[in-house]
Amino acid sequence: MVPIVFVIAAVVAVVFAIITVAHSSPVINVLSLVVVFFAMAAIFALLGMDFLAAVQIIVYAGAIMVLFLFVIMLLNIRSVERLGSGRRVQALLGTVVAVGVGAVPLIAISLLTPATGAVYPGALETGTVVPIGRALLTTHLFAFEFITLLLVAAIVGAVYLARREPR
Amino acid sequence: MWVEVLVIGIKLAAVLAALLTTVPIMVWVERRASALMQDRLGPNRVGPFGLFQPVVDAVKLITKEDLIPSNVSRFLYLLAPAMALTVALSTFIAVPFGDGSDLELFGHPVRGFIVAPDLNIGILYIFAISSLAVYATVLAGWSSNNKYSMLGGIRASAQTISYELAMTISVVGVLMASGSLHLHQVVESQAGTWLGVLPRWHVCTQILGALTFVVAAFAETNRVPFDLPEAEAELVSGYMTEYSSMKYAAFFMGEYVHMTVSSALIVTMFFGGWTLPWIDLPFSGWLGGLLSIAIFVAKVAFFLFFFVWVRWTLPRFRFDQLMALGWKVMVPLAVLNFLWVGIAMAAGIL
Amino acid sequence: MNAILIPHTWVLALSAALFTIGTLGVLLRRNGIAIFLSLELMLNSANLAFVAFAMTFAAQPGAAVSALEGQLFVFFVIAVAAAEAAVGLALYIALHRVKGAIDVDRVNILRW
Repeated sequence: MVPIVFVIAAVVAVVFAIITVAHSSPVINVLSLVVVFFAMAAIFALLGMDFLAAVQIIVYAGAIMVLFLFVIMLLNIRSVERLGSGRRVQALLGTVVAVGVGAVPLIAISLLTPATGAVYPGALETGTVVPIGRALLTTHLFAFEFITLLLVAAIVGAVYLARREPR
Repeated sequence: MWVEVLVIGIKLAAVLAALLTTVPIMVWVERRASALMQDRLGPNRVGPFGLFQPVVDAVKLITKEDLIPSNVSRFLYLLAPAMALTVALSTFIAVPFGDGSDLELFGHPVRGFIVAPDLNIGILYIFAISSLAVYATVLAGWSSNNKYSMLGGIRASAQTISYELAMTISVVGVLMASGSLHLHQVVESQAGTWLGVLPRWHVCTQILGALTFVVAAFAETNRVPFDLPEAEAELVSGYMTEYSSMKYAAFFMGEYVHMTVSSALIVTMFFGGWTLPWIDLPFSGWLGGLLSIAIFVAKVAFFLFFFVWVRWTLPRFRFDQLMALGWKVMVPLAVLNFLWVGIAMAAGIL
Repeated sequence: MNAILIPHTWVLALSAALFTIGTLGVLLRRNGIAIFLSLELMLNSANLAFVAFAMTFAAQPGAAVSALEGQLFVFFVIAVAAAEAAVGLALYIALHRVKGAIDVDRVNILRW
């Protein structure tokens, strides 16, 4: 049975990723990236990882993209250039590099045996909050605390970098 | 498999119908209750006690001319009210509105009066979807190409993201006390009594968290005393200035639906959901299920009236006071509540 | 409902496609915000790859720990991406204040 939900989510992700990269208006780019994040959250949920799907929406679509929107509105960024309107040689070389970079994993994937990871309706046993929370606070406690420090450093850094010079 | 889809479809239709019917009822309650609180009568000409006033208002809004100003960014301008309404409605699928764990419909177990019974990340889903409400306000303000709308939109979204933090931290206490993210478990953990005499509702065991959540709910739905983004005396109508007829109606419906969902969340997480305070009813069969729904609806109705009551009693905050309250008072209070729950659970009091 | 079989190669192929599109965006766009968005797209494609492998390990009994660690890594990548987005956008604000634009063609010398 063809996993129809996965195919729809994948097609939506690719189409809106292309719009993110190619459209000229920054606000449309941000909104289409939000749709890509939704598609990816749908794929995470389909693979049984409920907590990751929720975290993806809360953090990426609900916080980081809002930050992008605020900065676009603050700086009044209106883009009129479109994809590939720069110098021709640079555009051609960039395309070649990007396709090359994408071809490497594709070749690697084609060499893998297509082991079907079975996807069960409902969450994986390790996909709910309890095992993830337990692992974060016991086995990976150092990484968790360090991420806290990193986020504090990011907040302080962002506030410092964006402040106005006192006159 | 199709029976399962049909059962979910019936639950979904019932929830949608109930939520959308609440909007005209709330319009009437708001106008009548505010009038009686202000010592005047309110709508009393269209039907007995003015009960058909919302219907007349809806007809007026539908038949109004649908203007789209020429300077707006069309796509975003049309997207914003749709998003406001959709996001508010989508939140409700994780909220249990009754106790129907042992009922069967067409031979298939109903699995509780909740539209998505398998969603074991209930509360996280609600936060995920309600964090998308920021987009509606900020896009409405931005696309309207108008100073007042822009300011209103930025203020509304800054307010929303600040109070989202306090709301989330205050719910963590509830999660710790109930041990699960699924809202059905949260309601079931509030059965029984605490210290022998109080019902074990989380409003009694975690009063700070309850207060913080209620205040944050007021701020999230842009209701007075936090409604500066749409204050009529200050910003014309804030981010809704350039909207008319059905798009304006969509924003208002979104606001009332968001209010209803917030009341439902307050009731579920802090006031025991569908259970009665000291009495322990069994809620078996269809009659018990309908009784539990009736109790839930009564509690939600009380909180909706509370929203209206506070609106017409308190003056509104200035924007800097609002942001200072959110960051300097609400977040520390929520963290204090979280500490209290942890200490109480470790000491065995909770 | 029976189990739906999604071959992990499909998820990896989607991840590679998104990575390619992101790289195209980073290399070919000149607007700073668009470059940053393409970068976020690349990070997300890496997350998808982690999730694909976590899924295959979860399907094998006895390798549940690897599935868990795959998801934890995605969690940390999301947190790091959030921190990076905050600092990067603050840098853009500071840059805009000095240069007046965040077009990479206009911000291409170190000394201004």
